[in-house]
Amino acid sequence: MEQMIKLTIDNKDIEVVQGTTILEAAKIIGVDIPTLCYMHLEDLDIEHNPGGCRICVVEVEGRKNLASSCNTKCVAGMNIKTHSMRVLNARKTVMELILSDHPADCLVCAKSGNCDLQTMANNLGVREIHYKGEQSTYRVDYSPSIIRDMDKCIMCRRCETMCNVVQTVGALSAINRGFETVVSPAFEMNLEKSPCTYCGQCVAVCPTGALTEKDHTNHLIGDLADPNKTVIVQTAPAVRAALGEEFGMVPGILVTGKMVAALRNLGFDRVFDTDFAADLTIMEEGTELLQRLDAFLKGDKKVKLPILTSCCPAWVNFFEHHFPDMKDIPSTARSPQQIFGSIAKTYLANKMGIKREDMTVVSVMPCLAKKYECQRDEFKVDGDPDVNYSITTRELANLIKQANMDFVTLPDEDFDNPLGESTGAGVIFGITGGVIEAAIRTAYEIYTGKTLEKVDFVSFRGMEGVRSAKVDFNGLELNIGIAHGLGNARKLLEEIRDGKSQYHAIEIMACPGGCIGGGGQPLHHGDASIIAKRAAALYREDAGKAIRKSHENPYIIKLYEEFLGKPCGELSHKLLHTHYFDRKDVIE
Amino acid sequence: MAKIKLGKDKLDKLIEICKSFNNESSELINVLHQTQKNFGYIPAEVQEVIARELNVSVAHVYGVVTFYSFFTMVPKGEFPISVCMGTACYVRGSDKVLEEFIKQLKVPVGQLTEDGKFSISCLRCVGACGLAPVVTIGERTYGRVAVGDVADILKEYQG
Repeated sequence: MEQMIKLTIDNKDIEVVQGTTILEAAKIIGVDIPTLCYMHLEDLDIEHNPGGCRICVVEVEGRKNLASSCNTKCVAGMNIKTHSMRVLNARKTVMELILSDHPADCLVCAKSGNCDLQTMANNLGVREIHYKGEQSTYRVDYSPSIIRDMDKCIMCRRCETMCNVVQTVGALSAINRGFETVVSPAFEMNLEKSPCTYCGQCVAVCPTGALTEKDHTNHLIGDLADPNKTVIVQTAPAVRAALGEEFGMVPGILVTGKMVAALRNLGFDRVFDTDFAADLTIMEEGTELLQRLDAFLKGDKKVKLPILTSCCPAWVNFFEHHFPDMKDIPSTARSPQQIFGSIAKTYLANKMGIKREDMTVVSVMPCLAKKYECQRDEFKVDGDPDVNYSITTRELANLIKQANMDFVTLPDEDFDNPLGESTGAGVIFGITGGVIEAAIRTAYEIYTGKTLEKVDFVSFRGMEGVRSAKVDFNGLELNIGIAHGLGNARKLLEEIRDGKSQYHAIEIMACPGGCIGGGGQPLHHGDASIIAKRAAALYREDAGKAIRKSHENPYIIKLYEEFLGKPCGELSHKLLHTHYFDRKDVIE
Repeated sequence: MAKIKLGKDKLDKLIEICKSFNNESSELINVLHQTQKNFGYIPAEVQEVIARELNVSVAHVYGVVTFYSFFTMVPKGEFPISVCMGTACYVRGSDKVLEEFIKQLKVPVGQLTEDGKFSISCLRCVGACGLAPVVTIGERTYGRVAVGDVADILKEYQG
């Protein structure tokens, strides 16, 4: 039985389980001790409490020093004051000292208004900084996705936890000592040269403007104003489940119609849906799965299983860097973003009667790795990228605000056709387990020739880091694996490498929760329950769709009839599939 | 895929050092000690190998190398000079002694003289505070060093 202990916090008696921290105990009685470096994403089982910032200090009767409440465990009989004069003064001093080595450029900082440091300084009532000392000066590190400005770093080290513990990418570490300590890639190399996957989880948890995304909004405003350009946009599924949060709407409200209206108001010539491309991905990936499965069952030794999904560009970067020996296992299908771009600049450009170079394809993504992905050379034709650039959910919100729209009251509008029609299968691409669920809906019907009685595969859903499920394909039992978060993906990959994997197919998404928890989404500020609410919203949209299987999308059927031929056919291979690279360093 | 050139002898030696600690990631500091003892310093390529062998990120290895002032990424001289900057030595003027070494050898702290003979570094306490200020050159220790002694000390090695 768990041992209970009694203590007093702010004159209130409380009984807690042994092992509870002061911070957690205080929360139970409604005392919200301020924190800065601390991070606890409960639903995702991610905790970070280095006790480094000293903002959460409290006074414990009988102790000489103040205690950091995030990592001090309750002891029976403790008498704790969370807001005594001594505590308040200490907190303010700590904050002033942090700010004494922080650039005072809040008004023009990309994080302004969304910055935990700024909010905390304001909450603590800091109105003057009494300390003048040395200032950190580091060069700004620009990569295709992420910008590092370490002058703004407060050494909370949340990014290190995400990069090393959660994602096991190992791009970042604290280096040097004392005042010179800073978070950096090895040898202070640029992020671009490091094994960074651009998953953006470091950006998602950074409490200041030290880590931000590469911003394309100004570029986009220029393109929208250019009369010679046909600017079309695609929106990823996860965006509609989170965009409303940027306008004060409660998490979990779908804003698909308002988002389409806003994009049209912004001046895009066509507003399309990445969900359409997700349906197309399923046609290709599902067919590839069946082809590989068929050959495998016939005893073809060259064919390897499991097949891994390949929609997530951070995941692609991860295996190219860390598991290049297994680069022939993932599906060769491009991601929905790239499939959309490829179809837009061939099929659609042709239909609209415009030249490829006069078309600008923009994507709105919950993701930072997508910014890098669309720059990859294999997704360019004569130097012209299939997707010109990618903006995040946050950047879109910013654009809508700049364009003076009252987003909340916008009337709903529908996507344009032909690349705007999608099924429920395309919608759930944004959630962990969604891609494989969509693939199985189609693969099952093609393989068995039967109609699925129940479209919902509840066993694929949930927030557990690694999940498995079995599906009956007419007597053939398929083992499905699902991982979200790259640390969990690593576990499944190591199983495969050791020859212990039981799976026929595995879905991997780099971000915890899938794209809904992506590095480009509205910041959750430590409340991971928001991610589950976004998931519920997408499942609702799926359930409400008339068509819920990718192969039944009438515009997909038409696209194959008019243009592509058949899935995994010659033209599909050229336009919709890709190949992977070995990016690991070789030492000799 | 980038190639990092190291040379087979060096690579084999490094693999051997890591193996002698069972390739345990928790032995990183010991591995770095042995490496520095063997190579004199721990350059980037060497850190890449250690990271691979111990299955930790190279960023982590670099983090540890840069945290401890004992570890160095630049080669040390044939006669590495260390001036103690611990409290006892400092209050008895070791900073002036350090300045004199810098002046005579014309290299800053952490660097190597052109002929590769000397390098200068600072350290914190060698446990001989009674002899403050203390300077070590290689394995030899000099106590109660005055600014005026510096030229004579260097002469011992310049013959």
